Amino acid sequence: MDRFLDISQLSVAFPKAPVPVLREIDLQIARGEYVSVIGHSGCGKSTLLNVIAGLLPATAGGVVLEGREIEGPGPDRAVVFQNHSLLPWLTCYENVKLAVDQTLSKAMSRAERSDWVLENLALVRMTHAKDKRPSEISGGMKQRIGIARALSMRPKVLLLDEPFGALDALTRAHLQDQVMDIHASRGTTVVMITHDVDEAVLLSDRIVMLTNGPNARIGEILEVDLPRPRDRLALAADPRFVAARTAVLEFLHTRHANPALAAA
Amino acid sequence: MNMLAPKPAATTPAALSTPADFAALPKVSRLRPVLAQLLPPLLVVVALMALWQFAASGPNATLPPPSKVWTDARDLITDPFFDNGGLDKGLFWHLLASLQRVALGFALAAVAGILVGLLIGTSDFAMRGLDPIFQVLRTVPPLAWLPLSLAAFREAQPSAIFVIFITSIWPIIINTAVGVRNVPQDYRNVAAVIRLRGPAFFWKIVLPAAAPYIFTGLKIGIGLSWLAIIAAEMLIGGVGIGFFIWDAWNSSNLSDIIVALTYVGLVGFALDRIVALAGRFATRGTSAS
Repeated sequence: MDRFLDISQLSVAFPKAPVPVLREIDLQIARGEYVSVIGHSGCGKSTLLNVIAGLLPATAGGVVLEGREIEGPGPDRAVVFQNHSLLPWLTCYENVKLAVDQTLSKAMSRAERSDWVLENLALVRMTHAKDKRPSEISGGMKQRIGIARALSMRPKVLLLDEPFGALDALTRAHLQDQVMDIHASRGTTVVMITHDVDEAVLLSDRIVMLTNGPNARIGEILEVDLPRPRDRLALAADPRFVAARTAVLEFLHTRHANPALAAA
Repeated sequence: MNMLAPKPAATTPAALSTPADFAALPKVSRLRPVLAQLLPPLLVVVALMALWQFAASGPNATLPPPSKVWTDARDLITDPFFDNGGLDKGLFWHLLASLQRVALGFALAAVAGILVGLLIGTSDFAMRGLDPIFQVLRTVPPLAWLPLSLAAFREAQPSAIFVIFITSIWPIIINTAVGVRNVPQDYRNVAAVIRLRGPAFFWKIVLPAAAPYIFTGLKIGIGLSWLAIIAAEMLIGGVGIGFFIWDAWNSSNLSDIIVALTYVGLVGFALDRIVALAGRFATRGTSAS
């Protein structure tokens, strides 16, 4: 198997905590693959993403991207943060421009960079709001700018940290379709953290299910064998979609039920 | 997606270009909120004036009623720009002298305060070393600095400016430092992913993120400056609104004092608003989100 992104024997422990959050995670991701990580809250999904992003150090084991071990954060692993994390004093255009200027200043001229910013804003269909500040646009639009900013860095891996979690259902569906389109057109490798089963099945090539934390491991990996492009309406009744969905639900609710809910 | 509500100001040119009977309509709706804002304070001022007139009209009254203030200090109220040489000037010149001192002292405090605040916001060593000293020094009342500064500078003008400086610098330092320390982790993460470091990180992330805090410090600072200059000028003399009040007291011109106090209040209010406005302009959308 193509080991584009190789997570091997990864354990993460926080100081003063008796047990590690994640234990001996092994995961190989191929170029262009869309992988979701799902699990109950507190299982360490976001911790895993932060380690891949380089924002958190690994306690043992490590992450290798294209044959080079990850040390610290960098634009080759762009993150779309759950709360969008746009800089409020910059316009949408300037938010993306800051990332482009910082990461692609050697590869592109000034004019090329400006065009590239506009191209990425057009990709998420936000050209009309390029001169607005984040406080003037809706939550879904902010998240689209966040995606444009991440994509504009030309990342090798796009890391999505529950990117649609804070959005209403209709906006979420709309954005999921856009992300699928972008994944198809740009061929970016994506790792997405989610707690939404439908979202995971619809978008992913593989779904990584984590057991409950602390000491979370990979419980199971499900291949989602659905042809692309995928259409949410047509898939709703597709037996393969339903089977995948059931498998994930069964893992989450029967075999690894939320400990917080079980105790209550 | 046209999410912007139509701006109220946009109705004006449209109203001007339409026939007269239509032009009258938006005019009424524009005047009403203004009246609703202005009427209550006007009514309260009139009521308070009436109360004051009544309370100060008795034979044993120690303070002049508004009518007497008007007759006594009419030239002072109506002509703030006269200049008969020496200290016999209109209130505008006294206020201008005070404002110049405040401007100089406050500008120095703003520059020094923001720089020191940035330093103790970024360096733990500077924070631990300087913070206890600042916590003690900032409680020293403004006027307590005056004798020392007179001894050091041997002149009234720089002493007054120093008192302004030392009074207004503490909130600026402290708020700037808090702002720098409170740069959200989200912004730090974004900077880390795009590898924004060193001076660029400072200019593009830290300073804009701390700007609302810095302007809070400046707003408190300008208020304290204005409080301190009046008191300091009473002691150092010369042209200035503080000494004007003290001079009026020595010559028992109570009406002059009341007029001067009104001006002091209005100028203090204006200073506060100017800094607040500058802050809103400079921080743009930062505090709103």
